[in-house]
Amino acid sequence: MATVTLKPTKVPELMFEGYSITPDAFAGKTPAQIADLPGHEGKIVMKLGDFFEVTGNAGDTAADTNIVINGDCTRVKYIGARMTAGSVTVNGNTDMYLGGWMKGGKIHVKGNVDSFCGIQMQGGELVVDGDAKNHVGCAYRGDWRGMKGGTIRIKGSAGNDIGTFMLGGTIIIEKDAFIHVSTHAEGGTVIIKGDVEGRVGGQMVKGDMYVLGKIKFMMPGYQKVGTVEKEVDGTKATFDHYIGDLGERHPKSKGEIIYANLYLKAAA
Amino acid sequence: MADGELIVKGGYVVDPTRKIDGEVADIAMKDGKIVDKVSSSAKVIDAKGKVVMAGGVDVHSHVAGPKVNAGRLMRPEDKLLSGTCRSGMAQKNGYRMESGFSIPSVFRTGYEYGRMGYSFVMEAAMPPLLAPHTHEEIHDTPIIDEAALPVFGNNWFVMEYLQKGEVENTAAYIAWLLKVTKGYGIKVVNPGGTAAWAWGLNCLNLNDNVPYFEITPAEIIRGLIEANEYLGLPHSMHLHQNDLGNPGNYKGTIDALKIAEGIKAKNKFGREQVMHSTHLQFHAYGGTTWADFNSKAKEVMDYVNKQKNITIDLGCVTLDETTTMTADGPFEHHLHGLNHLKWTNVDVELETAAGIVPFVYDPQSKVCDIQWAVGLELALFAKDMNRTFITTDHPNAGPFTRYPRVIKWLMSKKAREATLGSFKHKDKVIEATNIHGIDRELSLFEIAQMTRSGPAQCLGLKNVYGGLAPGMSAEVAVYDLNYKNMPSDPEKIEAAFQRAACFIKSGEIVVKDGEVVSNGHKKTVWVNVKMPENPQVTRDVTQAFTKGTYTMNLINYPVREYLAPHPYVIDVDVEA
Repeated sequence: MATVTLKPTKVPELMFEGYSITPDAFAGKTPAQIADLPGHEGKIVMKLGDFFEVTGNAGDTAADTNIVINGDCTRVKYIGARMTAGSVTVNGNTDMYLGGWMKGGKIHVKGNVDSFCGIQMQGGELVVDGDAKNHVGCAYRGDWRGMKGGTIRIKGSAGNDIGTFMLGGTIIIEKDAFIHVSTHAEGGTVIIKGDVEGRVGGQMVKGDMYVLGKIKFMMPGYQKVGTVEKEVDGTKATFDHYIGDLGERHPKSKGEIIYANLYLKAAA
Repeated sequence: MADGELIVKGGYVVDPTRKIDGEVADIAMKDGKIVDKVSSSAKVIDAKGKVVMAGGVDVHSHVAGPKVNAGRLMRPEDKLLSGTCRSGMAQKNGYRMESGFSIPSVFRTGYEYGRMGYSFVMEAAMPPLLAPHTHEEIHDTPIIDEAALPVFGNNWFVMEYLQKGEVENTAAYIAWLLKVTKGYGIKVVNPGGTAAWAWGLNCLNLNDNVPYFEITPAEIIRGLIEANEYLGLPHSMHLHQNDLGNPGNYKGTIDALKIAEGIKAKNKFGREQVMHSTHLQFHAYGGTTWADFNSKAKEVMDYVNKQKNITIDLGCVTLDETTTMTADGPFEHHLHGLNHLKWTNVDVELETAAGIVPFVYDPQSKVCDIQWAVGLELALFAKDMNRTFITTDHPNAGPFTRYPRVIKWLMSKKAREATLGSFKHKDKVIEATNIHGIDRELSLFEIAQMTRSGPAQCLGLKNVYGGLAPGMSAEVAVYDLNYKNMPSDPEKIEAAFQRAACFIKSGEIVVKDGEVVSNGHKKTVWVNVKMPENPQVTRDVTQAFTKGTYTMNLINYPVREYLAPHPYVIDVDVEA
């Protein structure tokens, strides 16, 4: 395993689109070649070296390449986007589209991330120690094919539109979330350990949601069908089991209608 | 139109209008027109070892107007991976940004048609009420000349006149509407069915009753053919048939084609057909359900081949992710029920409706593969290529940027077999279609008939587009294909037609080595019918606007001059 270290040297005037900051793009390159990789600032094509000091060595393949960014990337988008293997560690915050469309490997951000992290993710692991803004693991605007696989863990809280059009994979929000969870989803699992404001599972066809805190406003399309014991991400609890969204179409399997499941932690 | 002289030298000329098939010749141009010869100071374009054709003519494509724009708004994801929105060569050269795949931006539309060597594109469905928007988009589309067909098949005036058998009044109304919308001809989409859709119904059968109007689709089709020939318009009645896209619809398709029997074309534009039946691929299906769905391309083409007064276009499925959009409102609702993707529906008061649904023609789906085969079979069973035109009903069966791929499939059995071989349900597809047993490979001459001379004649534009005879507009496309030594790799055919080596539009070089080098000087083509005023139609139209049938004022209805600032007007005189 080889490690490339990036140190931010300049704050971009506009947002810098760091779509080249992936183990796939770095693999097999020297620090000078890495510094020469492109990235947009507005409509102008810049180079990574314009904003980062590059040290260390990349591995021969993406899987052998670790990237460590030592510093703040609040104005850098698309870090780790479309990566297939290897790892990216950010000792700071990042801007939007962190790990968007990623297929494999691991991303660890020790600060906060902006919106659209893990958008249309297909595989791999994405961990954020701080908070995430909106659209965690959702579909691209207009698209009906959302997150298909992999795991997103936000150790802080998240905003709205989590897992929109989700088809597979797991999203874990360890603190609170705002509105619109798993809207239009047809698969996958969303676990929210804190409270949610509302609109949980609107127009959801299939898939699972767990809420360990409270839901302030329930969707009218959900119906309680029982109480179950479940272990969720290391926590054992009793949950009220709801099915829905009753206003949406649902597929049939072996003669039975498949609903989306909402497991809401039962009041103690 | 560009001044000055140009000569394309030494290419293999393929020009069906003069029966020239691969002769080495020079094409001379002066002041935007093709001429016999030019002086020695003319700019020379070397076409040695390359194929030279007239600019392409597209008879049916949805490239401008409210539903195209609604499709763009509805599908931001269509732009995400379209690739060239930032790094496009045109943009690097200082031209406009391009975006979108199945519903490209106006700039990309013009540039891509230009790169493929196309001169003229017919916008296939313009809602009259929204004609100003359509013309704004047409004006913003660079390079290509365009015209638009207003839709008449579900128009209240037309249905009321035809219900009473008043062909003359229908014709007078059409003449008025073409003038105020700067339209080109008569488009008919799911006649009666879209009007029935306002009641939540449809007309799947030619003899279904249209609610309230007490008329049938067959009567609307016949009446509009008669009105068209009464006026002597350059183009014929242009029909999108009823019962689109359903298994077993081929019988109804042939019945609708039969309505043209015995009617003769009357016009001074050299047009011979009285009915153009569009995207026939969607109308040539057998079977009763999606399970026994199969191709009836042979049965349909057997009829088309012997009935000389109809023309068709293919509407080939290209196996892409695309966006369906049509004035066939009930069909789009039906499609939304099949694929559960997002759906837009719009009603245009008194006139028409529209629907939009994204669609993925998945090569792993048996049904999509059969549709793919049907489109190609229509061309391969055709006897008269001057009556059979290449389209994808852009963007319904695939984007127009796939025409080169369709050409590849038509010209190469090897390419067809390679695609067929990649299907998961290959054996079932072979069983349900004829394509595997067809060895025919079309020639460059036949491709030129299907994309140049044929559609130009069908549109009544054969003196302007589709050929290289002196006096015609200087539209010349040069393709990097050696006529005498065609590549054995079919991919090279596709690549050559995708990016013309050179394209001259109205005497101006707009594409060089596959890249756009000029925005050209596009024109809007429309038909101005001159006939004595018809007092009844004038009264009926005025009343519709003053008595509140329309929600707008008549004064705001016409397309203003500034929306079509570069018109090419075709005058049609109708005697009383």
